[in-house]
Amino acid sequence: MSQATVRSVQRGTTEAAWVRYTLTGVALVFMFLFLVLPLAAVFTEALRKGFEAYWEALKEPDAWSAIRLTLLTAAVAVPLNLVFGIAAAWCIAKYEFKGKSFLTTLIDLPFSVSPVVAGLIYVLVFGAQGWLGPWLMANDIKIVFAVPGIILATIFVTFPFIARELIPLMQAQGNEEEQAAIVLGATGWQTFWRVTLPNIKWGLIYGVILCNARAMGEFGAVSVVSGHIRGQTNTMPLHVEVLYNEYQSVAAFAVASLLALLALVTLAIKSVAEWRMEREMKALAELPPERPKE
Amino acid sequence: MTSATLSAGVAGADGARRPKRRTVLPGFNLTLGYTLLYLSLIVLIPLSALVFKTLSLTWPQFWEAVTSPRVLASYRLTFGASLIAALVNVVFGLLVAWVLVRYPFPGKKFVDALVDLPFALPTAVAGISLTALLAGNGWIGQFLEPHGIQLAFNPNGVVIALIFIGLPFVVRTVQPVLEDAEKELEEAATCLGATRWQTFTKVIFPSIAPALLTGFAMAFARAVGEYGSVIFIAGNMPMISEITPLIIIGKLEQYDYAGATAVATVMLVISFILLLVINGLQTWQRKRSAGNTQ
Repeated sequence: MSQATVRSVQRGTTEAAWVRYTLTGVALVFMFLFLVLPLAAVFTEALRKGFEAYWEALKEPDAWSAIRLTLLTAAVAVPLNLVFGIAAAWCIAKYEFKGKSFLTTLIDLPFSVSPVVAGLIYVLVFGAQGWLGPWLMANDIKIVFAVPGIILATIFVTFPFIARELIPLMQAQGNEEEQAAIVLGATGWQTFWRVTLPNIKWGLIYGVILCNARAMGEFGAVSVVSGHIRGQTNTMPLHVEVLYNEYQSVAAFAVASLLALLALVTLAIKSVAEWRMEREMKALAELPPERPKE
Repeated sequence: MTSATLSAGVAGADGARRPKRRTVLPGFNLTLGYTLLYLSLIVLIPLSALVFKTLSLTWPQFWEAVTSPRVLASYRLTFGASLIAALVNVVFGLLVAWVLVRYPFPGKKFVDALVDLPFALPTAVAGISLTALLAGNGWIGQFLEPHGIQLAFNPNGVVIALIFIGLPFVVRTVQPVLEDAEKELEEAATCLGATRWQTFTKVIFPSIAPALLTGFAMAFARAVGEYGSVIFIAGNMPMISEITPLIIIGKLEQYDYAGATAVATVMLVISFILLLVINGLQTWQRKRSAGNTQ
């Protein structure tokens, strides 16, 4: 091909400059309106009456107890889903068995259930009129409209996050390295800790960070099971709602700004994890084949 | 017990088919057993409570609960707004994905990371900040109100909140497909005399159509169940701007468990259908891309 043809083909696989600039411009304006402005609004509204008012709002005892409850909820829900995610990914990615794709669909199920429905099902199991209601009442155990209900609903909505990240990653990596470790005499645990875990590290971090963001930010499901007792069963998002409905705008946005910061930190860590995963995948692809064909 | 018999059956079936590929990795029974146990406790048993509660209703009771005028109006709003929002997301999601994959511009990495903001930002925070922006005295609302355009506290607000929530779904399903698209096909089209627009509509678009449709279905499914971001901006007027998840909450607050369960069942069935559709679309997409590389 002559130089001229190459150039005309290259020109043929992209658009004219004005089209490129217009499309980029429209996309950036859309992103600015829908993503940047809402984010900026949270911080501006929170600081509208200055730092002092912002600080006062965050120091309030109800805000503090909401922060503590949110941290507690995530501290229970995320590790439980982490253990589940690893177990599910191990059996789904490393073995062949009947009904595997059905099991994968069931694991994804909580993603497609409305958060409100997710909260409702726990009320139907543990509530006063529910299956276990009378027994729980007789034994003076409170689950719904108390902290355990909040934690359960949070586990439900964040259920698939970690498993979903790990399953494709572990499937892509295959079994060879683990099999080698076992053949060389490692126990199952040693194989997991020394071979599998280092390989899935960044995928794991990615899943955990997204799971954590959802766990701390969940609103609908938690709202149904919380009972909205101020200072006791209000998580941060619920506290934002209470303050907002009481027209305490600065206080509501102050608490919301903490959640927005959490979102920004989440995005930053997620980008790093993604970048590292990509690099490791590339390194894997560039390795010489282990068993060269003769 | 169940997991042991299941795995024994599986091992037998596997051994019969492919005797040589029996894996040496340990932990199948343990991980599958734990996965099934945790899945049942957190997801399946609570969800079945909803089904059993619904079955305990008589048919007229159920029908009356799910077809009262106020509930019907909420379906119209929920599905209509979700449909519009998902369509808007298809257009702008494709545009954002296209610009991110094809055109260089400063700050691209940052913009790319920002796309996931709706995943990371708690829905309640998104709700109050969009409301603050679009209300009559907000940054955007103040310019629109003099022209008689109201975007908050009516169905418009619902659509806008759902656009925010659904954007990453379309971008993140289309983006990898665009990245993997082979430039050679476009070059061939150009060499054969196609204009850029013809190349896009006849070569590029058919290859990304399945991904686009998957993204649409995911954004729609998420929008149908969304609660947190919508209730702040919707105004929540019965018959006009009341979404279906809010109807469930309203019934629960009046201790109408039967009514709440009935409406929740309708939503659950719809989410199941959407989940099946999305799974089918993804299988189609995988087959398409597998066919392309051969």
